[in-house]
Amino acid sequence: MKGRAIVILKKFGFALLFALFISLSWLMRYSAGMVIGRNFRMFFLEMIVFLPLMFILIGLFDVWVPREKITRHVGPGSGSMGIFWVILLAMLQAGPLYAAFPVAAMLWKKGCSVRNVFVYLGAFSTLKIPMLAFEIGFLGLKFSLLRALFSLPVFIAIGYLLALVLKNRRFAVKEPE
Amino acid sequence: MIILSLVTVILLLLSFFADRGKTWAGLKKGAKMFLNIFPALLTVLILVSVFLYAVPAHLLTEWLGRGTGWAGIASAALLGSISLIPGFIAFPLGAILVRNGVSYQVVAVFVTTLMMVGILTLPLEAKYFGWKVSILRNALSFAGALLVGLLMGIFL
Repeated sequence: MKGRAIVILKKFGFALLFALFISLSWLMRYSAGMVIGRNFRMFFLEMIVFLPLMFILIGLFDVWVPREKITRHVGPGSGSMGIFWVILLAMLQAGPLYAAFPVAAMLWKKGCSVRNVFVYLGAFSTLKIPMLAFEIGFLGLKFSLLRALFSLPVFIAIGYLLALVLKNRRFAVKEPE
Repeated sequence: MIILSLVTVILLLLSFFADRGKTWAGLKKGAKMFLNIFPALLTVLILVSVFLYAVPAHLLTEWLGRGTGWAGIASAALLGSISLIPGFIAFPLGAILVRNGVSYQVVAVFVTTLMMVGILTLPLEAKYFGWKVSILRNALSFAGALLVGLLMGIFL
């Protein structure tokens, strides 16, 4: 019991301190603390509407999708079709980039190649359809189109490059514990 | 967002009717993965909140608006790399910058680095990919984002 309390304190100590700081700021009407608290609320809300859904889908994916299928379509030797599939998957998603890390870990676990894991991250950060729609609304079609067009070869190249660098290095995507 | 929720609910129901045991196992796995990353996630969100206080949107506009030429591009790249601003703030901000006469190149570099490079989320990324690979990925993405932004500037 005591050991467990220490583990929790170790894990959440920083967050607890932060909570204390924000509460005190509100009590003493300390404006900097109040603004930081409001920012945190915004980011926390953004996270808490996305991530639980994401993890439900990842969990279902884990139990339903056979490893053999993923290996065949996006694993080593999947060629350019593998790139196409991971980009399509990324485009259909939404949310901040950190929501893509656990998906990448799951893809890796199921046999996705190193190159495709990083192409997936690149596509997620630059080509998500919900984000594109928003971008077009504010910065115009030409802006978004050019950005998407130039980003595509760049993040594919990054995927190839990282796969090359990590070859024979026993690289693995970890599941945080 | 609504679509994502709908898809999740539908898949969950389908999964539940197909196999209850499997569905529970999946949900448990998902919940465990979420709880495992939760502390690191909180830390990153705290960092981001403090950063946004230190560099609020109006200050970003001012800095990016003042810079011209290479200095402007450098500051845009730097700010874009560090910031973690959700799209619903970043794109309107970009539109304001353009309207205020900031060059498309600067705005493009800011937007591309914002999307592709995440210095504040590195602690989180490192949990999955390790520090070396995460830093390497971000460094490569930085170079790539800069390239994309500069190229866009030529065409806009």
